[in-house]
Amino acid sequence: MLSVRLHCLAAAIALGLGAPVSAAAPEPYDPWPGLVQDIFDSRAMLDGAGIVSIDMPGRADDAAIVPVTLRAALPPGDSRRVRAITLVIDQNPAPMAGRFEIGPDSTVSEISTRVRVNSYSDVHAVAELSDGQLYMSKIFVKASGGCSAPAAKNAEEARGKLGQIRFRQFAKAGDNPSSGAREAQVMIGHPNNSGLQMDQVTRLYVPAFFVNEIRVWQDDRLLLAMEGGISISEDPNIRFTYVPQGAKRFRVEAKDTEGHVFQGEWKAEVSGM
Amino acid sequence: MISRLIAIVLATIMGSSVQAQQNDTPLPITEIFPGVFLHAGATETMNRDNEGGIANLGFVVGSDAVAVIDSGGSVREGRRLLAAIRSRTDRPVRYVINTHGHPDHVFGNAAFDGGGTIFVGHKNLPQAVATRGPYYLDSFRPLMGDALMADVRIVPPTLLVDDETTLDLGRRTLLLKVWPTAHSDSDLTVLDSASGTLFAGDLVFIGHVPIVDGSLRGWLGVLDRLAALPARQVVPGHGPVTPWPSALANQRRYLQRLDADVRGLIARGVPLKAAAETAAAAERPRWQLFDDYNARNATAAYSEIEWE
Repeated sequence: MLSVRLHCLAAAIALGLGAPVSAAAPEPYDPWPGLVQDIFDSRAMLDGAGIVSIDMPGRADDAAIVPVTLRAALPPGDSRRVRAITLVIDQNPAPMAGRFEIGPDSTVSEISTRVRVNSYSDVHAVAELSDGQLYMSKIFVKASGGCSAPAAKNAEEARGKLGQIRFRQFAKAGDNPSSGAREAQVMIGHPNNSGLQMDQVTRLYVPAFFVNEIRVWQDDRLLLAMEGGISISEDPNIRFTYVPQGAKRFRVEAKDTEGHVFQGEWKAEVSGM
Repeated sequence: MISRLIAIVLATIMGSSVQAQQNDTPLPITEIFPGVFLHAGATETMNRDNEGGIANLGFVVGSDAVAVIDSGGSVREGRRLLAAIRSRTDRPVRYVINTHGHPDHVFGNAAFDGGGTIFVGHKNLPQAVATRGPYYLDSFRPLMGDALMADVRIVPPTLLVDDETTLDLGRRTLLLKVWPTAHSDSDLTVLDSASGTLFAGDLVFIGHVPIVDGSLRGWLGVLDRLAALPARQVVPGHGPVTPWPSALANQRRYLQRLDADVRGLIARGVPLKAAAETAAAAERPRWQLFDDYNARNATAAYSEIEWE
């Protein structure tokens, strides 16, 4: 579900038209209660400490590419499993950045991606467990300063990369080798256009055009699926930690809002990097 | 009805403030060569106190007309630039040339709008300011304050350059040249042939750490062609007037270091966040505002190079 906050869109339109009227600075208001209603159907949020965490730079150096890492782990003896982690950037035009579903037999414990951060914002991670309970953690991220903008740096090149898929595999850096954990990275070449930008000639908004689904399988088991929106950076990129369990192949399938399907398959590397 | 009245009142107040040029304190300027003027920007980030005035701004006076090179980081700064021009010449400002679309170079455009001034830029500039403009207007308000931001409008260029063009100011011509994506995707340089002065915009940084908001590979790729321009000195986007092309040496070294470090980090599988914290660290003592921009440059470089 993509919850485009209409008040932000209206503000963008007003600014785009160069409205000279300077309203008083908008009161900082907390969109989170409304987002819980919209995205999570007002379900109860339990404290996620020790279960789900977010790692992001305290300041978004580049508004267009802000790295974020989500980790979920249950305490020893807890027999539930993590079914999904949802990433919400409260102040973005489309706050629901992505929902990462973790496959039933998946060993994925850590997911990194890159997001656009439009302004100073709380960022929430909500883990949904197999018993339906929701656990939430949040951090605060300062927007970047200067001329950084959540937009393509090289619009021509962005179009040229459309649909390319890369897959990289890594030994898990700094981890105990005996854990057997490894990392893999999926990269999809796509402008992931937000659609909130006005065409200067036509004065119309360019339609949103983005990757809305990425699925990764290890042999025939679903490792990870992402349902994403326009807060995911150009060239969507997911890096995750998993345990190989003797799997032979990886398969990736991505879809965008115009119905393009991008696919690839790779042999599992036993070691390397 | 009431809101319409308020709009009319505000429009009236703002209209009068735009016209009140006589009251604007002229920006400090230096005539670096006969007919070539420079206002040196502060090596800072844009804020309320510096009125957004961080970029070098220039103007060149011909026998018929004046060309402005970058309009400043606020309409107030643009008006003060106009007041400085008026203190030196009564020739009309025929052109405002924007070297690219960043706020510190274009936020002053509205001070020159009207009266037949033609705005000039890279063929990509209208798209660049359309895409980023609304975000810039929003994100700079808390840093600059409502008073400074109230008049700022995105004024896109109408005279677009897609390779090279010359502007005749009367017994003085400027050579304008556009570049492939480098510092940004709308970089344009201005060469005053009479004095051999190159206004390089943000294709050249001196002292102020370079900012990569386009393509690191693209920027490295244009350095040799930039260096070959027949200039004797450069007015960089940020930093002092410096002999050309030796002015490029430090920037070249920084960009090459960033490229090499990021390449090595990607090859070793280091994730983006960790890479951004370490790349080009050896360059820290050599630049001002390093901590404001280096991690961001590394982030941009990483997301570009990992696709090679």
